[in-house]
Amino acid sequence: MGDNTSAAEYWKANIRLVIGCLVVWLFVSYGCGILFADALNGIRLGGYKLGFWFAQQGSIYTFVGLIFFYAIRMNKLDRKFNVDEK
Amino acid sequence: MDLQLMTYLVVGATFALYIGIAIKSRASSTGEFYVAGKGVHPVLNGMATGADWMSAASFISMAGLIAFKGYDASVYLMGWTGGYCLLAMLLAPYLRKHGKFTVPAFIGDRYYSNTARLVAVLCLITASLTYVIGQMKGIGVAFSRFLEVPFEYGLLAGMAIVFVYAVLGGMKGVTYTQIAQYVVLIFAYTVPAIFISLQLTGNPIPQLGLGGTMSDGTYLLDKLDQICLELGFGAYTLQKGSTINMVLLTLSLMIGTAGLPHVITRFFTVPRVKDARFSAGWALVFIALLYTTAPAVGAMARLNLMKTIQTGEIGAPDGNLKYEDRPSWFDNWEKTGLLKFEDKNGDGKIQYYGAGNGFDAKAESFGWKGNEMVKVDRDIMVLANPEIAKLPNWVIALVAAGGIAAALSTAAGLLLAIASSISHDLLKSVFMPDMSDKAELAASRFAMAGAILVAGYLGLNPPGFAAQVVALAFGLAASSLFPALMMGIFSKRVNRTGAVCGMLAGLGSTLIYIFWFKGWFFIKSTAMLPDNPENWLLGISPGSFGAVGAALNFIVALIISNITEEPPEHIQQMVEDIRVPN
Repeated sequence: MGDNTSAAEYWKANIRLVIGCLVVWLFVSYGCGILFADALNGIRLGGYKLGFWFAQQGSIYTFVGLIFFYAIRMNKLDRKFNVDEK
Repeated sequence: MDLQLMTYLVVGATFALYIGIAIKSRASSTGEFYVAGKGVHPVLNGMATGADWMSAASFISMAGLIAFKGYDASVYLMGWTGGYCLLAMLLAPYLRKHGKFTVPAFIGDRYYSNTARLVAVLCLITASLTYVIGQMKGIGVAFSRFLEVPFEYGLLAGMAIVFVYAVLGGMKGVTYTQIAQYVVLIFAYTVPAIFISLQLTGNPIPQLGLGGTMSDGTYLLDKLDQICLELGFGAYTLQKGSTINMVLLTLSLMIGTAGLPHVITRFFTVPRVKDARFSAGWALVFIALLYTTAPAVGAMARLNLMKTIQTGEIGAPDGNLKYEDRPSWFDNWEKTGLLKFEDKNGDGKIQYYGAGNGFDAKAESFGWKGNEMVKVDRDIMVLANPEIAKLPNWVIALVAAGGIAAALSTAAGLLLAIASSISHDLLKSVFMPDMSDKAELAASRFAMAGAILVAGYLGLNPPGFAAQVVALAFGLAASSLFPALMMGIFSKRVNRTGAVCGMLAGLGSTLIYIFWFKGWFFIKSTAMLPDNPENWLLGISPGSFGAVGAALNFIVALIISNITEEPPEHIQQMVEDIRVPN
């Protein structure tokens, strides 16, 4: 990529996306799974207490979703800034 | 057909499959040996990564940990999966773009320093070797229990198989065998889980069965909580340990996962940067299949175990299983010494209970004289599970093959990481830079064979500290490699001096903290303080310290880099370069 300003913008957009994803990552695992687990346990999801569900099931599903979300958004970003691999 | 013959057949068939694959995928260049020629499809690479990552610990030990620790074991579930988010977003695509064969090669290039590269090689070999000893032991145990051959024979058979496909095929052979091994292990893990979930809840999907109701209409987890509480064990679904250690241990495991070299190397094998991103996602899909099943396996095994022993009302004269009526799996595992019963009150019945909620006083009034299940080894839960649930013999044989596949695939990945850092980072880059490709390929095969022999020797004569060193492997990866890799990509300012000081600070502090409580080089008598929460710094356990070591690494590297010279122009250009895919 020859153009420096667009390289800087591409990198900034990437950082914003990563920070957004990592906030969700932090929230489901350390938030819902550990710190707020006791409070969430008052809510039920079938036989699961919600805090317990996040710690043993929900956080893992969210992680999988997050990586695919990130990968798809990054591919779009690559095309927008014309840096994708041919 | 009897169980033993069936097990021989199933395990033998999987071995024939692995060797067949090895013969088809011989490596003919260093590129093929180190990174499978960078031509592996992202979905297949994800599958291979899953097998590479899921070791004997994930397959055999994790569900047992969950069964006995309940909610508190969530740290392993979240820690060992959440690391893939860090890997996908912070490391994998950029390291793939850089395009080298090994993790130390990136660190050496980015920090323009052979010292940094050697520190990375040291961390890599220590972390991988400690990790591989456990796998070798796992192979030996699986063989000796299921094929009833001596432990040593099992281990030698395992070494011979790894030798054939890893030395011949390198990364190419390892990748394609790992794909087959993933299929074997996931099938072996989920089939018994489906059967047991059906038996207990009528729901064939274990993840839903765990949240479902039992035949009497109560929720399975409520029932388990109730039984655990009534017998003085503490509620299954509630927290029992300290919050700070849960947070820090989860973080250490996540950062450690993202920093383990044999996992990172897997992302060097895909064709493009975008494949590296997707491949991390696929890897986690395949890992999540097992990791979301494990909580169901753990909870259901625990419930089955307790119901087998506590057959009726607690405290009633006929409420407990008579020892002479014990099922055959109980007998089989007693023979291995992993399950032990001691009739403390001499009534010929088995009492299994904890001391929580004042239950010990109540137990005394029943004439119970203490918990009589004096040993229930956690590692037997997954292996005994199909027998406890009375599943057919072929399922039990499958579990044996699955456990062996999990241990073999991880061992091969680790050995390859060790061999390539010796032949590529030490020999080719530092000592014999003008070695030809052909000579390097031969050297990497020798290094591989050597690594297998060393690992086999350590598996046969495990140092007394084998179990504790897994914490060390994660601590090292978290506190030294991950921060150096991440700063190398996300900062242009971090220089050679900063990175080397940072790695040494992270590595040093983590090592000292672990040795302080576990003894220098794990020799117990040399521990500086007893290993208990009163002595820990701010209540942080040695196993959770990797996250603190990583933080120290970041801080030291950033401060020192800012007061020393900027990295040279071409290094800053290189960082610019790895940040864009094309």
